[in-house]
Amino acid sequence: MKKILIVGGGMGGTILANNMARRLTNELKTGKVRITMLSATEKHMYQPGLLYLAVGKITPDELYRDQASLLEPGIEFHVDPVEEFKLDNNQVKTKSGKTFDYDYMAIATGSRMFPEGIPGMVEGAETFYTEETALKMFKRLQSFEGGKVVVTVGVPHKCPMAPLEIIFMLHDYFKDRGIADKVQLHYTYPIGRVHSLENVAKWAAPEMDRLGIKYDTFFNIKEVDVKNKVLRSEEGVEINYDLLITIPTHKGMEVLEKNGLGQNGWIPTNRTKLNMEGRDNVFILGDTTNIPISKAGSTAHFEADTLGENLAAIVKIGIPVREYDGKVFCFIEVGKDRATYAMFDYKNPPDPKAPTKAVHWFKMAYNKLYWISARGLL
Amino acid sequence: MTEKKIVDGRGSFCPGPLMELIVALKSSQVGDVLEVLSTDKGSANDIPEWLRKVGHEYISTTESNGEWHITVRKTK
Repeated sequence: MKKILIVGGGMGGTILANNMARRLTNELKTGKVRITMLSATEKHMYQPGLLYLAVGKITPDELYRDQASLLEPGIEFHVDPVEEFKLDNNQVKTKSGKTFDYDYMAIATGSRMFPEGIPGMVEGAETFYTEETALKMFKRLQSFEGGKVVVTVGVPHKCPMAPLEIIFMLHDYFKDRGIADKVQLHYTYPIGRVHSLENVAKWAAPEMDRLGIKYDTFFNIKEVDVKNKVLRSEEGVEINYDLLITIPTHKGMEVLEKNGLGQNGWIPTNRTKLNMEGRDNVFILGDTTNIPISKAGSTAHFEADTLGENLAAIVKIGIPVREYDGKVFCFIEVGKDRATYAMFDYKNPPDPKAPTKAVHWFKMAYNKLYWISARGLL
Repeated sequence: MTEKKIVDGRGSFCPGPLMELIVALKSSQVGDVLEVLSTDKGSANDIPEWLRKVGHEYISTTESNGEWHITVRKTK
């Protein structure tokens, strides 16, 4: 029997498990393969929904499903996070003290925000990367009656479109509340344009100009002076604020760093084969890799498609059948009722079109279709 | 002399080579030398421009077959 172990029950791990289970239906039934998933939680969160929660467009209950309900029959699921990786023995040890053996393992434990890395950020800024912080941010927005709202962006961060999406959503939020004339929106970005994707930046900067959103580029946050409400950047620039919203710096999961699998919890990963560098039977998915591409759900999705096909092929014919080409697809919400998208891979840059209501409504539909996507059907 | 650290930003449109460099510098020590690999010709301008603003040292840029190697030193 081949034992396939998936560590992590987020988007990447879930799509991978379901993709493999469908390809290996007979092997699962006859006991030739076992697929086991270990997760830290029994709930599965639709993380992109946090953006909407922060501006009051959805409520927390809409973010969750039971993880077990998303998995194909035949997949063993345990809420029992891994605490120790014994790669030389092809084993992991979990929080409950159990040991799981594997022939092949996929690690897809995601990332976590790390605002603690910037002095003053935790106390001084609102953010929306957890249910708790998104709700707190919404309550703060609801009580905000005017002033300067500044958005800062740490690197690396999860969801590269989030900085643009939140600034445009804030614009429409304050407009709907009838206080747009009392609010000055100020966007900052770490490199010399308003987004890392050049074509996205070329489209977004004029959009900000049109909406009266100010922006500073080459702004890498160094510290937040909470008492005086001033931001200071590594580049020596100071900006005052009344309300600070941050896209915080992210790290990989602490358990990976503790086990020496990768600096800051990012595991060195082959960019096309998706195996952990130096290990042929350990694969890495989604935010957890150190591959220089977007930390986004769609990245995990396309990587999981590739890996699911390859692991099933390895079981059936002994070798993988394709390589990951770096494909990423990101929706970009441009306020409350328009959206566009960026699609790119290792070789082809994106060419985003003008935002439309149709793409926004497709994104709204995808927010529901996600649960089909997680099942590996879309 | 410390070993040169490679920041492989080839094929990276997002976050891109400069963002990768910013991340790598955060976890480097003062005096460390880093070499950014990029397939984006814009890196040859973007990276030195940012280094001037932030105050790290720009050492050199070389280009071969559409691949740029930009060497920098962390100074603070």
